[in-house]
Amino acid sequence: MEAVIIGVGLHPFGRFPGKSAMDMGADAVRAALGDAGVSWPQVQAGFVGSLEVYNPDAIVGRLGLTGVPLRGVFNGCATAGTALSLAARAIETGEHDLTIAVGMDKHPRGAFAADPSVAGLPSWYGQTGLYLTTHFFGMKINRYMHDHGITHETLARVAAKNFRNASANDKAWRRTPLSVEEILGSPVLNYPLRQFMYCGPDEGAGAVVLCRADQAHRYAGRPVRVRACALRSRRIGAFEVQSPSLPAGVQAPSPTVDAAREAYEIAGIGPQDVAVAQLQDTDAGSEIIHLAENGLCKDGEQERMMADGETEILGRLPVNTDGGLIGNGEPIGASGLRQIHELVLQLRGTAGARQVPGSPAVGYAHLYGAPGVSAVTILST
Amino acid sequence: MTVRPGTRQIPVADGLFTWPSDRPRLIGAQCAGCGLVGFPAGQACERCGRTEVTEKLLSDRGVLWTFTTQSFRPPSPPYDGADTAETFRPYALGYVELPGEVMVEARLTEPDPARLAIGQQMRLAIVPYSVTADGTEIVTFAFAPVGESTASAPEEA
Repeated sequence: MEAVIIGVGLHPFGRFPGKSAMDMGADAVRAALGDAGVSWPQVQAGFVGSLEVYNPDAIVGRLGLTGVPLRGVFNGCATAGTALSLAARAIETGEHDLTIAVGMDKHPRGAFAADPSVAGLPSWYGQTGLYLTTHFFGMKINRYMHDHGITHETLARVAAKNFRNASANDKAWRRTPLSVEEILGSPVLNYPLRQFMYCGPDEGAGAVVLCRADQAHRYAGRPVRVRACALRSRRIGAFEVQSPSLPAGVQAPSPTVDAAREAYEIAGIGPQDVAVAQLQDTDAGSEIIHLAENGLCKDGEQERMMADGETEILGRLPVNTDGGLIGNGEPIGASGLRQIHELVLQLRGTAGARQVPGSPAVGYAHLYGAPGVSAVTILST
Repeated sequence: MTVRPGTRQIPVADGLFTWPSDRPRLIGAQCAGCGLVGFPAGQACERCGRTEVTEKLLSDRGVLWTFTTQSFRPPSPPYDGADTAETFRPYALGYVELPGEVMVEARLTEPDPARLAIGQQMRLAIVPYSVTADGTEIVTFAFAPVGESTASAPEEA
């Protein structure tokens, strides 16, 4: 039985002093339930993701102690992909009729700081200043620019687009548009990436309510079909984050490529059918690379695409229409549900000032993060 | 970063590189099953998962595959450089491909991205990156562009 999304809820992303991640999560759940027109006791199972909240399933105490099975999930930046995938799978297998995916986080300011042991890495890797995921993004796009002729200006165009899209989104964090010149004038953090080309860790929450497709008519929300969910980890030879070494002479594609192929195959939908995409833009370079890795363009084509505005809301293939991670920041557990929230609004035709014209029918969501894991979700009307 | 003669030095971790040594080498491991070379040693093979690996001293020359820079002091802990946010000096890091062996992620001795280029020849250098309260320097491995001299890995070596 196919799963459909009947409700989405999003707590704004940003900084909310004095408000806990779990309170944001509960707000997002209430919004999603309201959107779907269902009440909490109707929820038969849920999957809840967070980095900072050790017991995200404790959210049940704020929603009603109904005895519902809630499972905590975590896959780094792909956490929300796992929550949504399991919530859909629980319906597809026939185990449940109505489920929920929830994500919430509240990160301290600044770069993520953790002991390398949490990722199975040796202490010296952190002591000597190598354990920063941002290094990977700088190194991957530096090589990509070298191999495929991408310029610094194109990086800046991506960031400028995402800030511009965020300025039309009242739930986004960074809503002040920045020009290509301002972005190129900001300090280099990890060459070639500059301050305004990065997303920052922040706070926020999201929730998505799903039900069996044949029961969707009972609920208020206009259903959006879940066509595919795929999650893949890195293969040997992939150039991946947090790797003290990588094999020489062995090359494999990113897990994004693997997850994308699997998702397209499951959905029976091809890249040419995608009408709106949300791609992991941890930094401007990531969005450029992920366009190609998800099959949405060829390597190197991004240079022309950005110059021509093809990924703008009014372009051929709108990407990160709500501002993406660059405009919204990244509360890790919630980030992917923000993508789903945006795609659902776009497919319903209710995205307001940032609505993609022409009644988009297929939405594509992609996540990527440590330790080399990618999740892809394909939705359609 | 240069190594001052007479200064007491300790490696950041045992088993990472041969030290002290006139010509230090990184200590990698080769899988007894599939032959894959990894670094650091002491782990299961990343390709086949076998735990039978043999120690292998890696080439001290390689080619810069990619690089980036670190322009602000990393969060500490885990970073334990003896600097402060004010005294921090930006560094570069990259992957150096040791031909036929492995690509190693390492600090680079040249911090200026304008003076680094993908494809350039690099060689291993052991450099101090921190210092303890009693003045003992903590050294780690890095790669230097070939042509740039450092005391620990002389060009003629």
